[in-house]
Amino acid sequence: MKKKELLFRIFISTLYLSAFTFGGGYVIVTLMKKKFVDEYHWIEKDEMLDLAAIAQSAPGAIAVNGAIVIGYKLAGIAGAVTAVTATVIPPFVIISLISVFYGIFRTNRIVSEVLEGMQAGVGAVIASVVYDMAAGVVKEKRTVPVTIMICAFAASCIFGVNVIYIIVVCVLIGIARALANKRRGAE
Amino acid sequence: MIYLQLFYSFLKIGMFSFGGGYAAMPLIQDQIVTAHGWLSMSEFTDLITISQMTPGPIAVNSATFVGIKTAGLAGAAAATAGCVLPSCVIVTLIAKLYLKYRSMDMFQGILDTLRPAVVSMIASAGVSILITAFWGGAAVTLSGTDIPLVMIFAVCVVLLRAVKLDPVIVMLIAGGLKLLFSLFGM
Repeated sequence: MKKKELLFRIFISTLYLSAFTFGGGYVIVTLMKKKFVDEYHWIEKDEMLDLAAIAQSAPGAIAVNGAIVIGYKLAGIAGAVTAVTATVIPPFVIISLISVFYGIFRTNRIVSEVLEGMQAGVGAVIASVVYDMAAGVVKEKRTVPVTIMICAFAASCIFGVNVIYIIVVCVLIGIARALANKRRGAE
Repeated sequence: MIYLQLFYSFLKIGMFSFGGGYAAMPLIQDQIVTAHGWLSMSEFTDLITISQMTPGPIAVNSATFVGIKTAGLAGAAAATAGCVLPSCVIVTLIAKLYLKYRSMDMFQGILDTLRPAVVSMIASAGVSILITAFWGGAAVTLSGTDIPLVMIFAVCVVLLRAVKLDPVIVMLIAGGLKLLFSLFGM
């Protein structure tokens, strides 16, 4: 396949996936596997698992990371740029339109009542997600993660510590732990 | 210069949100509401609601929304570019390293430590969203509590946990319930 045609197909398929995937990053990575592994056979199954792991380990949105890593694997930097552009276009267009209407309609009585109700709804959705995530951490019954969870909550919710500092401290602790584990493994 | 500010703020959001999904939410709140005041807490909550109901990651949606509101389409483009740039650089680097060493131990170790902290920060952002919904930014008092919204919240929790309805449906129901309440003057 010519490079131009390959880039075009990467563009179309990531654009399509981005426009029609509701439900966040994990869903889109599964759909990418379906498209690029099962349908196009451009990527091996095992390699796709590793690419998905990279998308989840790197900072940033998983959908964006997934597009970049697949684009890069298939067509180098040009592929990554193509894929990330195609992934960003649908939300960019949709939210641009919505924000125009939001500005016009937010003061409308009915719209503002509905949005206010939805604020309680989205609060419930987040509470539910947090419950599942926290239960996952607690279930592992390991001291360090649970301690980190409690300390981070106290820091951000009670003491109002800037989230970036919390993340940087955790990354440093993570590096120290990874190095310690490596040393232990080497002995 | 507003374009540079937008770009830099969303660059930080893109660089420090680990774990996907809601992980970017506390960072967006920190940059957009607390540091720059580009959105009020109530507008921020609307933005999260809209993000739930449209395709696309929360960070990209927020970049577009905040960019348009503060500096039009060019602002949206600057903010979006800022939020995906760290991904482009870091993912490509990791992919290169991975293709060379075929090992992800170090990254996994860091993520393992970060994950519980991310849970807490999302929880903390959730708490501020609920405080805004229940008390509308005023002092947290019993008499100042928006009882209908607390009831809607409780109904939504039941619908999500016990009935296991889809979050988008639950939020639509929440909006409908509030409209109903208001028709009865509550």
